[in-house]
Amino acid sequence: MRLLLSGILLCLAGCATTGDGDPRDPFEGWNRGVYKFNDKFDDYLARPVAETYEDWMPREVRSRVRNFFGNLADPFIGVNNLLQGKASEAFDDWTRFILNTTVGLVGIHDVATDFGLEKHNEDFGQTFGRWGAGTGPYLVLPIFGSSNLRDGVGLAVDMVTDPMGEIHPIDARNAAIATRAVQTRADLLGASRVLEQAALDRYVFQRDAYLQRRRSLVYDGRPPREKFE
Amino acid sequence: MKALLSLLAGLALPFLAQGQEAPDALVKTVTLEVVALIAKDKEIQAGNRAKLISLIDAKVLPHFNFQAMTQLAMGQSWNKAKPEQKKRLVAEFKTLLVRTYASALAAYSDEKFDFRPLRARPNDTDVTVQVRVLQTGAQPVPIDYSMEKTPAGWKVYDVMVGGVSLVANYRTEFNNVVRDSGVDGLIKSLDSKNRSLEAAGAAKK
Repeated sequence: MRLLLSGILLCLAGCATTGDGDPRDPFEGWNRGVYKFNDKFDDYLARPVAETYEDWMPREVRSRVRNFFGNLADPFIGVNNLLQGKASEAFDDWTRFILNTTVGLVGIHDVATDFGLEKHNEDFGQTFGRWGAGTGPYLVLPIFGSSNLRDGVGLAVDMVTDPMGEIHPIDARNAAIATRAVQTRADLLGASRVLEQAALDRYVFQRDAYLQRRRSLVYDGRPPREKFE
Repeated sequence: MKALLSLLAGLALPFLAQGQEAPDALVKTVTLEVVALIAKDKEIQAGNRAKLISLIDAKVLPHFNFQAMTQLAMGQSWNKAKPEQKKRLVAEFKTLLVRTYASALAAYSDEKFDFRPLRARPNDTDVTVQVRVLQTGAQPVPIDYSMEKTPAGWKVYDVMVGGVSLVANYRTEFNNVVRDSGVDGLIKSLDSKNRSLEAAGAAKK
């Protein structure tokens, strides 16, 4: 997968593309191609599996699964907070991990939230953004979907540091990654239905939403206000 | 004590003077009322979209300023529209937003809400009301309502979900369509989008 990702990033440098000239999206032609592929992948595999999962698994169980994987992510969320100079948030993330792993029974209960330690959303893409890296061109990655040069590199680092990589044997690791992927897609079912309803051109709508969302996340929900012209 | 009281009165008065509900109180009342009505209604829960939309029409719409939303979403293209076109644009965009809002409500009405206290000065006329949707094991989703004070009460002119401004998100799409096929092209594509959603909704029932 890492190989695939670096291959994509390399290819981009050379791929000549067309588009309607949005300066944030110079590879629009290529991106739309990948978007179409992702759409098919989603129609035939990801969404049906996620919907089946949502239909058959009680809400309660899905919460436990979400908590479990969310807990495993907290240590590196803390690392990212520390790298962004937010020591007290980092401390919260690690406290969350310790509390939820012990009192929360290996993370299936998010007791830390009940104690007032809120979960954070951080990753290496956001850390690079905090350090001042621009987003670079918008990219649609196969399977992963919306990204940009900065967040794509961030994603590669996220994957290298993913605790799932430590699981042995490989079969168990793959099963864990697949389960997490299904849970993630299931959590997005509501949002993707809204997108379906709202957009005139889903590609454009999703791209702009992604760029806005990431900008907001880099500034932890308080980005400097953009002026409406 | 007297100073404190008059301070409190001073804070509350601008809202009370015209019989207007404070913006954060308004958002809270309306949200809780709508969620409670949905929770009670078996037909809406079974997926009756038409009924949900008429509920939103009655309870939520009066608090939105669709003219301002359309104008902001169009950006510079707004000035290219004639008065008659503007009227149609507002009407079509309103229909689309209501449907979008309905599907968002259907997706999130089971969740818990956290209504944040308003941070504004009493004579502010443009405020952001913050609500957060709480989910276990995930970061809360912030919903920010940008609201403007008008003689008819506080009106919402933008909604930001998870940092994504709904109005800003339509701007590129709208400008693309206007650039390629003019203002009439945009009216037409909004109209056909609304029709296809209506057809899909009818087919589901």
